[in-house]
Amino acid sequence: MRRYRWLGAVLAVVAMTAAACGEGDDDGTVSPGGGQSSDTTLARPTFPGGTTMANLQSRGRIVVGVKYDQPGLGQRNPTNNRVEGFDVEIAKLIALGIFGGSPNDIESKIEFREATTPNREVFIENGTVDMVVATYTINDARKQRIDFAGPYYIAGQDIMVKRDNNRIRGVNDLAGTKTCSVRNSTPARNIQERVPQADLTLFDQYSDCVQALRDGRVESVTTDNSILLGFVAASPNEFKIVGNKFTDEPYGIGVRRGDDAFRNFINDRLEAIYASGEWARAFEATLGRLGIPVPTPPRVDRYTSGGAGATTTTAPGGATTTTTVAATTSTTRA
Amino acid sequence: MTAPFLGDALGPRGRRTTRIVSVLSALVIAGFVAVAISRLGDRGQLDESRWEPFTDPSVQRFLLEGLRATVEVAVVSMIGAIVIGALMALARLSRTPPVRWLATTYVEFFRGVPLILLIFFSAFGLPSYGVDLSVFWYLALGLIIYNGAVLGEIFRAGILSLDRGQSEAAYSLGLTYWQSMLLVVIPQAARRMIPAIVSQLVTLLKDTSLGAAIGYFELLRRARVTGEFYVNPLQALFVAAVMYIIVNFALSRLARWLEVRQRRRFGAGSISVTGVEDLAVVGAQAQAAMGGAGGTAT
Amino acid sequence: MSVVFDNLDVFLEGMRRTLELSVLSFAIAMVLGTIVAGFRVSPVPPLRWAGTTYVELVRNTPLLVLMFIMVFGFPSIGLTYSYYVSAIIVLSAYTGTFVSETVRSGINAVSTGQAEAARAIGLTFPQTLSLVVMPQALRTVVAPLGGIFIALLKNSSLAVAINVPELTSAAEDIGTATASFIPAYLGAAAAYLMLTVPSGFAVAWIERKVAIKR
Repeated sequence: MRRYRWLGAVLAVVAMTAAACGEGDDDGTVSPGGGQSSDTTLARPTFPGGTTMANLQSRGRIVVGVKYDQPGLGQRNPTNNRVEGFDVEIAKLIALGIFGGSPNDIESKIEFREATTPNREVFIENGTVDMVVATYTINDARKQRIDFAGPYYIAGQDIMVKRDNNRIRGVNDLAGTKTCSVRNSTPARNIQERVPQADLTLFDQYSDCVQALRDGRVESVTTDNSILLGFVAASPNEFKIVGNKFTDEPYGIGVRRGDDAFRNFINDRLEAIYASGEWARAFEATLGRLGIPVPTPPRVDRYTSGGAGATTTTAPGGATTTTTVAATTSTTRA
Repeated sequence: MTAPFLGDALGPRGRRTTRIVSVLSALVIAGFVAVAISRLGDRGQLDESRWEPFTDPSVQRFLLEGLRATVEVAVVSMIGAIVIGALMALARLSRTPPVRWLATTYVEFFRGVPLILLIFFSAFGLPSYGVDLSVFWYLALGLIIYNGAVLGEIFRAGILSLDRGQSEAAYSLGLTYWQSMLLVVIPQAARRMIPAIVSQLVTLLKDTSLGAAIGYFELLRRARVTGEFYVNPLQALFVAAVMYIIVNFALSRLARWLEVRQRRRFGAGSISVTGVEDLAVVGAQAQAAMGGAGGTAT
Repeated sequence: MSVVFDNLDVFLEGMRRTLELSVLSFAIAMVLGTIVAGFRVSPVPPLRWAGTTYVELVRNTPLLVLMFIMVFGFPSIGLTYSYYVSAIIVLSAYTGTFVSETVRSGINAVSTGQAEAARAIGLTFPQTLSLVVMPQALRTVVAPLGGIFIALLKNSSLAVAINVPELTSAAEDIGTATASFIPAYLGAAAAYLMLTVPSGFAVAWIERKVAIKR
């Protein structure tokens, strides 16, 4: 047994190192740099004690769930190990409203995590992430488990086919054909309800669907047009979008149910960046590059949450608000 | 490594047949490989543009980070599993029926369900009970519980494989059951378990790829993200597979060497536990490396 | 727990699919593994090399990686199969490696006297293998092979990654639809135990039946 003492020592050292590193398994700590063109540096606001914003400030970082595999919206870039896309930019702008500072180094305060379609609610519920900005469609079923701020963008479900396919023009043409989407996602459910005669192939991620389309195993891929556009842009000359959106998919920011203070703060912040043009600039830098013209930002929906601690809020605020950059405390809106 | 049971060497006819079959089979295999490669080339899968991203050091670092995450969770889980496994093995060999029964239930239950189910339960079920951990620990928890059951079986088989004479001699010296277990049996059985632990580590490393489903950013997930970013999914998968194979192959060889050394030195038989795939492979390879019939204990 | 009983038909369908996948894959894996074992002990070097390469490459790769390579890579070699068939191919190939090694250890356990006697009466290598050695070898490795089948039952749960639904994905779908994951997963666990535990008993029974009485 004496000979194995060294083995035990090695194992112990490895174990301690692993345990020490294990906790903060960072897939998101990113070196700051090269973000937006510099806006004015925000002052660090103060929040009432006990609110999520105050807690995040004292913690010094916010954990955000995003997608890692959707070009234009949330995609992990292996060359610089950063996540890029419109969702990411929105998350950064919200974080700026919490921590203050300049856009160039706000990323050091954000820890990104991959929030795949089935994981989003669970991650919010158990606190793995503080908020989710991941092509997260607002719907009533999800509102049973979490709350949404926003919407910050209205996408629509559409269909992507190979360039030379002229047979499929709209959702009803999918009947009797092979189409592809992600399991347990809103687009998949829409197809199951609207066109049950469609032969639905289901994968865990959209890029698998795209590959299936490329291999000719399916005739189309259906999901939000914003997601599809990213794939079309990544493989030019291969695919095209039918261009006939048949649903509205409002993208929201997922937060814990009943956390009205946080939700109100995010909604305030969204309205602020709508008015200041930061939202439009974020769009141009990401989705805009895929050829989508910058739309008008959607009105945020300040609904009454069904969760604990719900306070009565009034009807959705108007599109124009005074942009108070310094202090964004959560107040009941008039 | 010629067939150990041929008895005598091949005669002239046998040698000729062997030579003909060798040439034919070599041609057939080479033919398959050539066809596969040419078809890959036709589809553009061998194009430099698809392979080039992997020469980029930052991409390499990105993937190696994934390997590190994989190894990290595997090592931590293995340590936890060893602890649980040891407890389970001792509990199953306990003289107290309820303890024995509990341990048996644990082992049979967790060995009978898929690991992915345990991981989902850990990551999606536990939080509703107020358990609040990081993704790393949800994955590790699932792996520890599962492999704890498997290692429990392995340890028990290892302890039982020890010659009864040892414990009988201990009793005759007046040691109690637990004294004999802790002072005589386990120290000797422990060294038999090391190759088994290493081979189970191979299985563990492969199983970490399931972590991607709950958001643990390990090697397979990183490879898929890379493949999606550069639109070279096949190449990315290939690179990931190569990385896994290199690490696992090295570990398997280590396990086999340890197993052979142990058999030679201590004359120990192998530990055979049903359903533990990599352990069976290591046992078989060690046996073959030693040139034939080695007994299997338990 | 009513979630389970409300969706009992979905669970049962998932069980059926899992069983179907596993049984078919195991049957193919047995044939494949036995043949590869034969390769690995044969005196023909290219066959030995092919067998070893296959075993070492496939068993050291995670099953998920193999599934993805099959579905997203093989079409580029011109081999495009339905997802179901692809799942069976991958599961068979993966399980076949373990079958091959187990059978090989069984072959080695058959005493050389048997082979020598076979040579003495003039049997060729293939004849020795198939008529004398294999029947004895296979009967000694029934237990490990049963364990491999049970492992396959569990491994089939990964087929969902390539669009092949079975029991685990059924539990996931129900859990997502009803937002009650724990009952759904417990139901799936119970269903798997209903498959694996009886399999264990069946294996023990088979082992007793075919045991070589010396």
